[in-house]
Amino acid sequence: MLNKDTHLNPHIFSDDIERAPTRDGFGRGAVEAGKENENVVVVCADLADSTRAQWFKDEFPKRYIEIGVAEQNLATVASGLSAVGKIPFITSYAAFNPGRNYEQIRTTIALNNRPVKVCGMHAGVSVGPDGATHQMLEDIGLMRMLPHMVVVVPADAEEARKATFEASKNDRPTYLRFGREKTPTMTTAETPFEIGKAYYMWSDPNKTPDATIIGIGSLLYGALEAAHTLSKEGIAVDVINSHTVKPLDVETIVEAGKRSGAIVTVEEHQAHGGFGSLVAETMATHHPLPIEMVAVQDKFGQSGSPEELLKHYQLDKDAIVSAVRKVVKRK
Amino acid sequence: MATYLSEEKIKTLEKKARDIRETIIRMLVSAGSGHTAGPLGMTDVFTTLYFHTLNHNPENPDWKDRDRLVLSNGHIVPVQYATMAHAGYFPIEECLTLRKFSSRLQGHPEREKLPGLETTSGPLGSGLSQASGMAYGAKMDGKKFRVYCLMSDAEQQAGNIWEAAMFAGANKLGNLIGIIDRNNIQINGMTEDIMPLEPLRKKYEAFGWHIIDVDGHNMEEIADACEKARAIYEKPTLIIAHTIPGKGIPEIEFDFTWHGKPPNSKEAEAFIKDIRSMRGAVSCGDTD
Repeated sequence: MLNKDTHLNPHIFSDDIERAPTRDGFGRGAVEAGKENENVVVVCADLADSTRAQWFKDEFPKRYIEIGVAEQNLATVASGLSAVGKIPFITSYAAFNPGRNYEQIRTTIALNNRPVKVCGMHAGVSVGPDGATHQMLEDIGLMRMLPHMVVVVPADAEEARKATFEASKNDRPTYLRFGREKTPTMTTAETPFEIGKAYYMWSDPNKTPDATIIGIGSLLYGALEAAHTLSKEGIAVDVINSHTVKPLDVETIVEAGKRSGAIVTVEEHQAHGGFGSLVAETMATHHPLPIEMVAVQDKFGQSGSPEELLKHYQLDKDAIVSAVRKVVKRK
Repeated sequence: MATYLSEEKIKTLEKKARDIRETIIRMLVSAGSGHTAGPLGMTDVFTTLYFHTLNHNPENPDWKDRDRLVLSNGHIVPVQYATMAHAGYFPIEECLTLRKFSSRLQGHPEREKLPGLETTSGPLGSGLSQASGMAYGAKMDGKKFRVYCLMSDAEQQAGNIWEAAMFAGANKLGNLIGIIDRNNIQINGMTEDIMPLEPLRKKYEAFGWHIIDVDGHNMEEIADACEKARAIYEKPTLIIAHTIPGKGIPEIEFDFTWHGKPPNSKEAEAFIKDIRSMRGAVSCGDTD
């Protein structure tokens, strides 16, 4: 059942649940951060509307910096801005930021330890018709490998708003990952959010879970649907939102693994090097157990509707249900 | 050219540059690896900046209103370390820890290791963007400090540089001064053979920059160009410093094979004698 302590949307399973893209949450969060701190600036590489950087520009035109189609410059100008006290949010599609400017992020932001907020938009296959070039599936791996870097993948627009606002205050190089498509808003303003702190979305305090689903991003909605379906079959699962990939909330995740004895990870990213890999690395060290990864299996994306692609790459509710059944058998 | 530095000041700076060159040789020998030609070629520029042009305070390297010096071509950092040490940022003896385990003097500069460094660099082509970001931020806040970005000529082959040149020109960053070490060599040979840069002046002019060519071993010209750049409000200024790689040591001068290797201790003895016998600035040919 839904964890009452986290004040999730009470209409979570209704057909008319509110839907919004996580990039909208970025737009709102950036404006809030801009109101809170006049050093917050948004830097844009010719994608103001689709990244929602435009919303910040409308509010703070003098603190909006246009770079043009030049993502290497996007990262390095931002490093310079942060060197003189600004808190830059750099915005482009994840395929280019950090896809194209990875070395600049590594050297001038991560190693240089500057609090630039790298915002990768339109991540995952769910960007849809644009096809494989724009469907970034390797960004979490790239960014979680960097020392100093904080990596956050919000689950919905509301969490994206909070993550953006919190990132403006953490004084750390930070990667924030957002999606293009409208996805269900599972959390509310009252849902607690703290960078580095995972939380239970779904759990039955009276039952020992048969497996734990640990996910990031909007696919967590499919995880909740899967938990709901499986509970009717008598399979009890916990669902954890681990929005902060780095630093991972090791304590919560290891504890959950010990309770259930089996884990399914869920992410819209390559299985290699992504969030599931991170959970596997962590559990191998602390408490080895069976793990199934719902993730893209070493393939590039392609054009299609988000629903078609999530089904094709086995990232939807049905895939999560199958993964839980499989991991429980492996216990 | 108008005389801006007194004869006496020039003599003092030239003495300082000889001492810095000697320190560079000693630190490279001690390190057993590193770049020789670039640091020696840029010693006169660094000396002029740290001992005349820059508004800085070695006692308080984080002073908010200091001028910023961004070294884009991090591989010539021995000249920056040696100059900083002679300027009082840290003890000169510490220069001998260059490239050694646990040293603050990393093989390529790392900002968090050593107070006084403005950034971490080494991978070429990214410094001008960072300097542009600093200059843009300074303008936003009405700050008066200036941002100097030192670059190699070969790194002008990197695309990131031209993204920065376009940004700085478009935003009329008059508080930004780029200085290119135009020594014509790179690892694989001469720049004009590997991937020609000329006409460099015209390229930057087309991007909206004001250009000044100087003899990179004439401190009066270097100081004068930096002073002139202050008067250019509406554009960033690029100073193309024509230098002799390995300047001061005839055996190294203009030999690209000395780009990335250090002298051994026997060579160093002879080289230091060469440096000590250097007299005044020697004008080099203008390649433009």
